[in-house]
Order: sequence, then C-alpha cells, then structure tokens
Amino acid sequence: MKIRAIALNTFKEATRNKIYYLLIFFGVFFVLSSKLVTLLTLGDKVKVLKDLGLASINFFSVLIAIFTGIDLVYKEIEKKTIYNILSKPVSRSCFIIGKFFGLALTLFVALISMVIIFFLFMLLFSGEFDVRILVYFILLYFELLIITSISLLFSSFSTPILSSVFTISLYLIGHVIWTFNEFKDKIVNPIIKTISYILYYILPNLEKFNIKNSIVVNSDLDSSMILGSICYAIFYISALLILTILIFNKREFK
Amino acid sequence: MKAIEIMGLKKTFTSNFMLKKYNVLKDINISVEKGEIYGFLGPNGAGKTTTIKCMLGLISFDSGESFICGKNSRSLEERKKIGFLPEHPYFYDYLTAKELLCFSGMLFSIPVKKVKNKAKDLLKLVGLEGKEDLKLKKFSKGMIQRLGFAQALINDPEIVILDEPFSGVDPIGRKELRDLIISLKNSGKTVFFSSHILQDMEMIVDTVGIILEGEIIKQGKLSDLISHSVQYYEVVFKDVDESLLKSNNIGFKLKDNNYITKLKDFEKLNYIIEFIIMNHGKIVSVIPIKMSLEDIFLKEIKG
Ligand SMILES: Nc1ncnc2c1ncn2[C@@H]1O[C@H](COP(=O)(O)OP(=O)(O)OP(=O)(O)O)[C@@H](O)[C@H]1O
Ligand SMILES: [Mg+2]
Repeated sequence: MKIRAIALNTFKEATRNKIYYLLIFFGVFFVLSSKLVTLLTLGDKVKVLKDLGLASINFFSVLIAIFTGIDLVYKEIEKKTIYNILSKPVSRSCFIIGKFFGLALTLFVALISMVIIFFLFMLLFSGEFDVRILVYFILLYFELLIITSISLLFSSFSTPILSSVFTISLYLIGHVIWTFNEFKDKIVNPIIKTISYILYYILPNLEKFNIKNSIVVNSDLDSSMILGSICYAIFYISALLILTILIFNKREFK
Repeated sequence: MKAIEIMGLKKTFTSNFMLKKYNVLKDINISVEKGEIYGFLGPNGAGKTTTIKCMLGLISFDSGESFICGKNSRSLEERKKIGFLPEHPYFYDYLTAKELLCFSGMLFSIPVKKVKNKAKDLLKLVGLEGKEDLKLKKFSKGMIQRLGFAQALINDPEIVILDEPFSGVDPIGRKELRDLIISLKNSGKTVFFSSHILQDMEMIVDTVGIILEGEIIKQGKLSDLISHSVQYYEVVFKDVDESLLKSNNIGFKLKDNNYITKLKDFEKLNYIIEFIIMNHGKIVSVIPIKMSLEDIFLKEIKG
C-alpha cells in the first residue's frame, strides 16, 4: 500500500508536468509526419513509414525515461518533500521501489499512447497489423525500464546534470557494447582482458532489446531470444534497484 | 517512561572540500515527559533542526542515543507514533489539500476511506475548511504551515514534533495554533516543538530546553525557571511631597504626575508602602517584575 501510494504519486507528478506531454506530442508528430517523407521516397513506402515511426517513438520514449526519473528524484530531495515521506513509517527501500513503479507506469502510459497512434496510422495507411512490431515495443519497454533504473541509481547520489550525462553515456555504450564481444577475446594482456570481461558483463547490453533489423527484413522472431532478453532486463533492473537502495540507505538529507 | 529521551547526542558535519569537521551537536540531552508541551528554544543555527533530523533518522549521528517511548526513535515501528511538521514545509504543489492528506495517511497504511474522513476533520481543525480541493500551488505560506500541521496529525500520533510551527503564520493564526497545541495536550498527546519566538513559547510550554551552539545549556519546568526570578517590585504612587521623598533617600522617577520607584527586596517594599500611606499619598500600582523567558534566554546566551 505504501509502495502503491508512492508509485501513484510519482505518476501523478510526472503526468502533471507539461514536458511529459510535449515529448509524447513530438513522438506522435514525427510518426504522423513520416507520411510526408514517404512522398519523397521511391520504393517500399510502408517500410519507410515503419522505420521512421519506430525511430521516433524510440527516441522520444528514451528521452522521457532518462529525464523524468532524474527530475523527480532530484526535486523530491531538493524541495525536501522527501522529509514528509521518510519521517513516516516508510523505509528507504520502499521509497525507491515506489518511485520505480511510478516511473514504470509513467513510461507505460507514454509508450502506449504513442504506440496506439502508430498502429492506427499504419492500419489506415497500409491496412496491415504487424504483431512483430508489438513485440518490438514490448522489448523497447523493458529497455526503458533499464534506462529509468539507471537514472534512478545516479540520481540517488549525484546531481541532475551529472546523472543525465552518466545515464546518456550508459545508454549509448549499451547500444555498442555487443561489438566488444569478439574484441575482448583477442586481448592478450591478462589484466586488461579481465577488466574488459568485467565491463562487458556489468555494462548494460541494450542491443538485446533491438529487433528492428529482423522486422525490417521480415524474418521470423526468435522467441527464446526474446524471453532471454526479458529475463536479462528483470535481472538487471533488480540488481540496479538493490544497488540504489544500498546507496540511498546511507544518504543524509540536509 | 519518557515520551522522548535523547542522551549524549553528538553530530559532526564534514564539509566536502577540506574535509573540515563541524561539531554541530556537541552533547544533547533532552527528556520529555508524556503528556507535556516541551519547547525547544535556541537561536538560529544552534542545532534544533539537526537534533530533530537525527531523532527521526533523516541523518545519521556519531554517538548517543535517542528514544521514543523507550524504544529506538529511528525504527519504522516507532515512527507510527510520531507526527512531524518539518521546518519550512514544502508539499507537492500539484496536489490538492485533500490529496496530500490522503497520500500522507496512506504512508501510514491507514485505509483510504478512513483517511478521507479524517482529512476533512483535520482541515477544519486547522482552519482550512473549504480549501479541500484547492491546489497547493495556490496556498499562501501560512496556509501551507497549517496544512503541514494537519498532515502531522493524520495518524493520530502520540507524540507530535513540530519544527518552527509558527513561522510565517499571522498573529491570529498563531493564537489558533497555540490553542491547537494546548488541545493536543489536553487530549493526552505529547508535543515537542522548536521555536525562537519566545512569547509563543512562554504562553504554552510546560518545559523548556535551551540549546546553544549544539549544547543544551538549560532545561527545566517553565514555572521553576520563571518563579525563581522576581527581579524587582515596581511601585507607582502619587500625591506625596517631593522634598519628603528626597529627605528620606527614596529614589524615584516622574512620569505623568506619578512617581515610580523600583525596589529589590521585600522588606523595603513594605516600608515604602507604609511611608506613602502615612504621608497621605495614593498607591497606583505595585507590580512584581518577573524574569521573562526572554530575559532568561538572553542571560543564558550571554553567559
Ligand atoms: N548539511 C550541513 N552541513 C554542514 N553544516 C550544517 C549542515 N546542516 C546544518 N549545518 C550547521 O549546523 C548548525 C545547526 O543548524 P540547524 O539547522 O540545526 O540550526 P537551527 O537551530 O535549526 O537554526 P534555525 O533556528 O535557523 O532553524 C548550523 O551552524 C549549520 O550551519
Ligand atoms: Mg531550524
């Protein structure tokens, strides 16, 4: 009940912020305007439409994931509203978990509104409904949850600007880290090799959640791989939340 | 069993840069009886807020102990018994007054239905009737303070801890809040509040603790602290011949045709009164001038 109260309050706070709607609006705007781009292209127009639609939803939902988490935790501490929570019988872990679920709900609503518009638009334009795209969005949602947990971790001890920089860096690294896979085996120096192994497994591998290529080339989806990615996300998020709680437990509120 | 007991509390802050240490709380010993109003008095920066934060587990401390009803005050279990109003409270300004109280109640796991009724009563109690559905964005400073008070009572706490409850509240509001604090006491609750507004404190507290530079320098019943301290008697009289006063070595001041004289001891007071009456003078008033909390406070602080 306490977690639910904090989660719902977080959701309320996020959704009473204009920036939240602005980002959703832009997502939708770019989905719709991808129609314009198809006028200029030759070849497979439906493919272009899908491509641009997915890219814009991806971009704007990631922005929401990075910034709402940081903004909300920072404000809570800076404006001292957190005193009203932690002076009550609410443990700090309860606070973090409540925040996480609130952010998860916020992201869910943002994503689903863009996705619904995207599908309506696709139906209207091409008359097709591609279930694989739905799977793409489900995986994207898990990626967003990882990103928002990362932002929660950083904002539990650092300033909003640093948190944004760290989170964005990890997001970018997360999408190229898979190229590291073969490279790390070729390293000869044992120390550097160990470090690269550790980094490879600690840093988030966000390409696991990107199935855009198989959608674009119309190949079948590998269901065991998808399940694996979801398990990876759940495991990774739990680890991040535990770490955040450990740090947050030590934090002093001045 | 004491309602609140703090023993040997020490706290240092370390600045980030030079790793310089600030001894903010040096030795805090506080003991609050059940059912009393305790005033925690001290100048700016003395460590009042820091003490309260240590007590509630918002910050850590170096050594010492802090108990609520005999148990560790920082445990979640004990916090169910506490209602707390932070210094300069700030609440989510996108909520309405009712929403805030419901949110607060839910953090105590109070059923929603019960909280809603309670919220209504409390808003009435603190004089915010009819403001239930107003967004906090539109609240004035004093209104926020009152709302903070209401939110501190949502769990029907045994112990109410208030950090500067009167700041930003107008004189009428202060009177209302004082009455509210007294009514809390009458319903059996313990109230611990910090303030530097001496008049408010003098009017309602049972016990005061004076904190200065991180140390409790005086603690005791207000009645004891003040009654020991009749400083002098002020006698106002008239219709006595001035030369008579001078020849009898009686010092005086003239004000609006009245003579005023100040006397330290009781013996002399009786002598003067007799003297005035024998000489056909008229007594206007005899006032024992007591030490006010302010005098005690200033005396303690100046050493
Ligand atoms: N986070 C902090 N880091 C370093 N010093 C601090 C910190 N917080 C408070 N202090 C210092 O501790 C001392 C006590 O502060 P505190 O806020 O407890 O005072 P106070 O008695 O509540 O004063 P006021 O009446 O102004 O509210 C001050 O000297 C302050 O500078
Ligand atoms: Mg203070």
